Amino acid sequence: MRESHIMNIHYITALAALVLVGIHIMFRLIMPYAESLQYENVIANYQNLPYSIVLELILVTVAIHGFNGLRIILIEWRQGEHWEKGVTWTCIAAAIAIIAYGTRTILIASMAGAA
Amino acid sequence: MKTIKLRVFRYIPGTDVRPRYDTFEVPAERWTTVLDALLHAKAYNDHSIAIRYSCRMSSCGSCGMMINGVPKLACDTKVSELNNDTITCEPMANFPVIRDLATDFTRFFQHHKDMKPYLVNEDVETGVDAETREFLQKPKQVEEFLQFSYCIKCGLCYSACPTVATDKKFPGPQALAQMYRYLADSRDQASDERLKIVDDRHGVWRCHFAGSCSKVCPKGVDPALGIQLLRGYMMGFSKKEKSIAKLYKPEK
Repeated sequence: MRESHIMNIHYITALAALVLVGIHIMFRLIMPYAESLQYENVIANYQNLPYSIVLELILVTVAIHGFNGLRIILIEWRQGEHWEKGVTWTCIAAAIAIIAYGTRTILIASMAGAA
Repeated sequence: MKTIKLRVFRYIPGTDVRPRYDTFEVPAERWTTVLDALLHAKAYNDHSIAIRYSCRMSSCGSCGMMINGVPKLACDTKVSELNNDTITCEPMANFPVIRDLATDFTRFFQHHKDMKPYLVNEDVETGVDAETREFLQKPKQVEEFLQFSYCIKCGLCYSACPTVATDKKFPGPQALAQMYRYLADSRDQASDERLKIVDDRHGVWRCHFAGSCSKVCPKGVDPALGIQLLRGYMMGFSKKEKSIAKLYKPEK
């Protein structure tokens, strides 16, 4: 993949994350902050499909943007074919692992009330 | 006549254990440049100071060095404008030291060479016996690249760049601005080929837009602008298709 394609994804995920976090904050504003953190309300939020989809999208965009940012920092810090390949694949694997773990949490929480 | 203290970085790699600074008392008039002061010290105090210089009129770009911590041309910097009685001269940052103030430009010129700093146009014969032809360019087409063609390859921007300091594979502001210079030139036909060269892990995307390259350029070139325009091409903000200048053939 060309670096310009990667950087386009980097900028798009940054903008998308900004918009999605804004939507997420607005979702939370329908009740007082302390009340929104109560267990029942948190679970109720997860069972709301649009809310869960926004959470999942935030997870994906932030993970991709964040780990690509980390990759850029690390390949600027040190150079070398082995190092750069290692950093790239480690960042891809870490992003996939974080997304998988986060998705699992969202699924479990959204199904908690249903069980 | 005023006297200033000139602190000069002294180091011979492979011979000296560590660098040192020698201090010289040098007379300075209102018009004395840092290069004049260094040459005075070299003539009357220590012949062994290594400096690279040539034109003394900021045209050749040979006498770049860190003057009180900032990359500048010694011939273009008057002692009086520094407002300091002590002037410290060091070799340019981001360049390996050959000796004292003379630095090695090999990597810098390799990056420049990698950018194919010449016009690529298949309509023009380039053989020895080729007929001389000229291109017709509108003033607006010339303006697209003119300021970038004023680069004298002094290396000050490369020395000031924070990305070059950590990433030696990064071509640096000079090479990237030259890339844009040829990309924007309507006589050049190799846009796609050029863009591929810098669309790399260590290419144009690694610029953090600190802008220090543009700040230190002694010729008023704005390499940071060139880099952003280059990114514009890659992200599709600027159109890649340019109207190629036509060859002009005078009637005989």
